Amino acid sequence: MSMNVTLSREDVVRLCERVEGAQTRAYAIPKLTNEYPNMTIGDGYAVQLELRQRFLAAGHKQTGWKAGLTSKAKMLQMGVNVPSIGFLTDRMARPENSAITVSDLVHPRVECEVAFVMKKTLKGPNCTRQAVLDATDYVLPAVEIIDSRFSGFKFDLESVVADNGSSARYVGGGRARYPADIDLRTLGVVMEKNGEIVTMGASAAVLGHPADAVAMLVNILGELGEELPAGSFVMSGGITEAVAVKPGDSIVARFQELGSVSMRFVE
Amino acid sequence: MDQQKIKQYGDELYAAWLACKPVRPLLEREPEISIEDAYKIQEQFVARRVAAGEQIIGKKIGATSKPVQDFLGVYQPDFGMLLSGMVYQEGDTIDLGTLIQPKAEAELAFVLKEDLKGPGITAMDVIRATDYVLPCFEIVDSRITDWQIKIQDTVADNASCGVYVLGKTKGDPRKLDITLAGMVLEKNGELFSTGVGAAVQGSPANAVAWLANTLGELGIPFKAGEVILSGSQSALVPVVDGDELVCTVGGLGSCRVKFFGRSAA
Repeated sequence: MSMNVTLSREDVVRLCERVEGAQTRAYAIPKLTNEYPNMTIGDGYAVQLELRQRFLAAGHKQTGWKAGLTSKAKMLQMGVNVPSIGFLTDRMARPENSAITVSDLVHPRVECEVAFVMKKTLKGPNCTRQAVLDATDYVLPAVEIIDSRFSGFKFDLESVVADNGSSARYVGGGRARYPADIDLRTLGVVMEKNGEIVTMGASAAVLGHPADAVAMLVNILGELGEELPAGSFVMSGGITEAVAVKPGDSIVARFQELGSVSMRFVE
Repeated sequence: MDQQKIKQYGDELYAAWLACKPVRPLLEREPEISIEDAYKIQEQFVARRVAAGEQIIGKKIGATSKPVQDFLGVYQPDFGMLLSGMVYQEGDTIDLGTLIQPKAEAELAFVLKEDLKGPGITAMDVIRATDYVLPCFEIVDSRITDWQIKIQDTVADNASCGVYVLGKTKGDPRKLDITLAGMVLEKNGELFSTGVGAAVQGSPANAVAWLANTLGELGIPFKAGEVILSGSQSALVPVVDGDELVCTVGGLGSCRVKFFGRSAA
């Protein structure tokens, strides 16, 4: 994967403003590569960095990172062999069992993930599953509410990265566990929408092991010249397929060994 | 359906199984077969195997997942009989030459310590009566050409049961969350699919309770010591010569099986 930036500073700022407008005012835009067909993944991360700096300057606090496109099927579909990453802030966090507004989102979808809270800073390259487990304070169940800002879900990796990996909202909860006390590879997960099971899986669906996805995230951060600081909250990628939600829907994500996370969606 | 036709189709399926030569869908030839008729045909098929020296050692539950039920157009499971000739041990290599068009399914097996006599059995009775659970593979196979099955075809064909392999790690359902236990299926060292206990009727214990109640109505005994294959938690895996499969149930353990040779179809 090339982290080369080919866009001019002006173009990065222009695309960032376009993405920021779509995110903050909840409207869909065409994928960025329509206008910039030669855009690279490095360009996508440059736009994402610009977005992060603007949010931080506006007083948002970064809480951590997320890995996306972590299933084999999704990677194949996008023609990539690495996950994408995006940043998370306090403005995206919602408490468990709360009512989450969707009128400020474009087309929200929810997925079940294993989340990690780090106690040591990690730095790529060559970060491994074991290094991640050693640096983890605890793991917990989480639901990510993703929201691609691109019309008709038509996008490519460059555009998704610029759109901060479709990050929108997240809910952590359930039961905190030490990673050494459970088998993180075989955790079963069930997502219920309005009392009915809508999707299921086991945690190995995330790159074979959720900690492998976190190691890859750390290595991508390394390529971008960044590290994963101690205290970070990290979502390791969707175990289940993303399920669309609308006002009135209630979601319960049940995890083996980690308890459950619930929320409901309102206008 | 008259007794003579039931016997005829049961015998035909027995001969198809014995020779590893599939037959045309029964429903295509007899559009009026009911599910009750199909179970009678199954009884005849199984009776022929028992007469030839096998014993009934358990039951399998099929059509437990929503995708399979949607495919068959039925909204309840079905069942078949496990026979002594179907058993393989963990780590064994299965000769595909004994099968027609096999596919593997990763499941949770139950072994009972008490009889379960329906009607009136609930999931709580199932846990109470369970001695232990095991990770397992069921290798389903169809004696019907190209798996062109409707519910009546598969029921008559002993719920498409082929052979099965039990893992060695015993789990206590009072200590293991059988509903949320993850299922990870690997083929030749690569992740093939993942699932979870809840994929089977909301919980594998619900499927076993359904079986106990259904057998109770039919007057079929369901005894302590029997093995019950509770239904697939994975995608179906077609298998060929040299394939190795491992399924792992979260918090329990694994079952491993290899295949050699060529299947008949």
